[in-house]
Amino acid sequence: MNAPTSRRDFLKTSGALVVSFSLPTQVLAQGAGGKPALVPTELDSWIAVLPDGRVNAFFGKMDMGQGLDIAAAQVVAEELDVGFDKVEVVMGDTATSCNQGGASGSTGVSNGVRLLRRAAAEARRVLVEGAAQKLGVPASQLKVENGIVFSSEKKISYADLVGGRYFHHQVEWNKQTGNPMDIKVQAQPKSPSEYKVVGKPLARRDIAWKVYGIGDFVTDVRVPGMLHARVIRPPRAACKLRSVDASSIKSLRGVRIVREKEFVAVVAPREWDAVRAAQRLKIDWHALDGAFPAMDQLHQHIRGAKVVKREEAVKKGDVAAALKTPGARLVEAEYEWPFQSHASMGPGCALADVKAGGCTVWTGSQKPHFVRDGVAKLLGMPQDKVRAIWVAGPGSYGRNDAGDAALDAAFLSRAAGKPVRVQGMRADGTAWDPKGPACVHRARAALDASGKVIAYEFVSKGFSRQHIATNESDPADSLVGQSIGIAAKGTQIFGVPAESYAFENKLLAWETIPPLVDNCSPLRTAHLRDPVGPEIHFGSEQFIDELAAAAAEDPVAFRLKYLANPRHAAVVKAAAEKAGWSSLGKGKGIAFAERNGTAVAAVAEVEGDCRSGRIWARRITVAHDCGLVINPQGLRYTIEGNVVQGLSRALFEQVRFDRDSVTSVDWASYPILEMPDAPESIEVVLIDRPEIAPSGAGEPTIRVIPAAVANAFFDATGVRLRSAPLDSDRVRKALAKA
Amino acid sequence: MASFNFTVDGKRVSVNAEPEMPLLYALRNDLGMNNPHFGCGLAQCGACTVHLDGEPVRSCVMPVSAAAGKKVTTIKGLGTPQKPHPLQAAYIEEQVPQCGYCINGWIMTAAAYLKKNPKASDAELRDALAGLKCRCGTHVSILRAIKRAQAMISGRRQA
Repeated sequence: MNAPTSRRDFLKTSGALVVSFSLPTQVLAQGAGGKPALVPTELDSWIAVLPDGRVNAFFGKMDMGQGLDIAAAQVVAEELDVGFDKVEVVMGDTATSCNQGGASGSTGVSNGVRLLRRAAAEARRVLVEGAAQKLGVPASQLKVENGIVFSSEKKISYADLVGGRYFHHQVEWNKQTGNPMDIKVQAQPKSPSEYKVVGKPLARRDIAWKVYGIGDFVTDVRVPGMLHARVIRPPRAACKLRSVDASSIKSLRGVRIVREKEFVAVVAPREWDAVRAAQRLKIDWHALDGAFPAMDQLHQHIRGAKVVKREEAVKKGDVAAALKTPGARLVEAEYEWPFQSHASMGPGCALADVKAGGCTVWTGSQKPHFVRDGVAKLLGMPQDKVRAIWVAGPGSYGRNDAGDAALDAAFLSRAAGKPVRVQGMRADGTAWDPKGPACVHRARAALDASGKVIAYEFVSKGFSRQHIATNESDPADSLVGQSIGIAAKGTQIFGVPAESYAFENKLLAWETIPPLVDNCSPLRTAHLRDPVGPEIHFGSEQFIDELAAAAAEDPVAFRLKYLANPRHAAVVKAAAEKAGWSSLGKGKGIAFAERNGTAVAAVAEVEGDCRSGRIWARRITVAHDCGLVINPQGLRYTIEGNVVQGLSRALFEQVRFDRDSVTSVDWASYPILEMPDAPESIEVVLIDRPEIAPSGAGEPTIRVIPAAVANAFFDATGVRLRSAPLDSDRVRKALAKA
Repeated sequence: MASFNFTVDGKRVSVNAEPEMPLLYALRNDLGMNNPHFGCGLAQCGACTVHLDGEPVRSCVMPVSAAAGKKVTTIKGLGTPQKPHPLQAAYIEEQVPQCGYCINGWIMTAAAYLKKNPKASDAELRDALAGLKCRCGTHVSILRAIKRAQAMISGRRQA
């Protein structure tokens, strides 16, 4: 910061604005002290007005293809009163944005955009006060349209006020980083009744370059002198590297082997040489036999495994006693869910350039700020010497293999002394990505003679959903880190159903079990879209249907009878109404859940083919309430994607493995939903509640899809499918048994 | 190593490579193109799809030698912002892609298919597009866009 004397000189010469607050005088000053530090307390860390009046909003979260940046631009345009087309949201570069946690937990709008909204409102307030000074008109008599502040007689543009310069204005920061980061400002953001841009179905800006093949994915980033690398993961879990036979690839010129402890990779100027070297390199691995249970014993293993942590998240009344109520009817069921893979569209990719003075890494990871932290730790560099730049990756719905690729690239660039681009092969993205956890859910309930639920218990037991962390800020959570001896720490965490069923005696709990292999495990777990949401609600929302059947009640009516939260009841009603819910036996099923403030219900209409065992979800109807709707079109498409991905996970997906290794290595051994199985229609009812701050939409819908399908199948056939996926093999067997 | 001559999006190119090297690596590395994409290297997903003399092929398994003397068209050569292919225009109107990494497979496969079957039914389209992957689950909007493109194509013919 410059001293006040220079500020005074500056004011004299430039005629810049003095803006007065209740607190010390602030200046909209041309370069006063230059560019402020990138810290959340500086308004300049969030908003910049360019010389031509365009606005940049600096965002510590990223759009993964659902249009989050558009929603952010709408909100910023709204609060600043500038044209939507004038706002560019600059995402995910650690050199230009604060760590807002990246793409995480469907918090893009609720947590991420909330800060931009406040920053934009504050910027408007500061600019209007500045204009008031400049024009000699009280701020209360000024209006703003399209970035022009005006009174009945005078006007000045944002560009003239601060374009190309800095606000040097402080905002209050809650001292947190990641998703909980928050700021407070003096300005009062607009009331929803004033909205002109928010609520409009504005189009995405990343469609054209994708459709014409004229933009860069992270896989397309190249720098001069760049080498290509492939990391060679072990053939089995729990391997030790004994020796590497360099002579096995001597016919490939220019290939270098990088090896440290159990980590081995090949680096070459030509990508094809790196690919061939990785395929041909002879490695003697010392393998441990039988690291995994037999796949068909997985859920038995979970049932019998020691409990590492138990948490009773919801406990009401006395379930144990109520279950023993004389004359009560007991209903019990168990549900099973497999390991699932991110299986992103392309394997993880990153490019890192390690130099003496620091490292730049281009990554498709959802959390570039945490990539920066992890790379800094891995390389022993100060955090401010590492810059991570997010570039759209080949798909990302959680902590997939992108994080591993980023740390691999940094490690290899340092070893090679050149920029290194790493991209995995298919198996790296399917067999070696972190997995969604396999689990078993035990449900018990008691009904009295009138059919009323007097006791309800739902306990999930499975692998923690965070054997490795949800980000790559610690090398212990990366494959390269674990390969060179930094042990995984892991966190014990699972979850419980998210609903408001008002059962008098209720217990919702979870139990986690130890990982099968501690380090470098292809079955290590981390978050996959809506962590444990589809897993848990596949069980809990089927069990609600089982209780409705036991009580001889309609599944919709039964839910409405017990849902205590009116927003929850409203989505159930809306979905049922839109789907033309009718009496049973029509192949329709409903499921409901909440997720961090968002309520969603889905009605599935399925057709089953008894001979082939194929279930086709012909029509899915979703009712969705995430509070204020910022962009209805983006929201609809986000919900549609959730529906189809949810169908894929419910009907097709399970990670296969044998006693030694994961055998789901490609799309043949890890099938997902394809076009013939896509629904005929997806109907979406958006319940817009402008008075309620927006909650997330990236994940809630996926959690209700599996149970909606299973409930519809039961409605059509009378057969319960309690193990996912509901693939043709399982369906045929279930129908044969019935 | 041998030299292979072919055209890419109308331009004559020459690539010096092992005959068995997949065309994908020639396009991306030797010719510096940003499309198509590597998705699986096994012809299981479609992210690398290009046209070889008008037929969709998976460039991740097609040896570069097989392209010699032929016309390779990528999504970039299929249409441009100034002169979009109907599918590209329809994809923009329907806002289809999410992550967008799979897009070569869907557009290039559908473009070749619609050329032969411009009036393909929903069921025929579903069959024709089997084998392609989209992890974001945009299948329903892909079908919407193709139907929109079909309408554009038939409108163009009638005009």
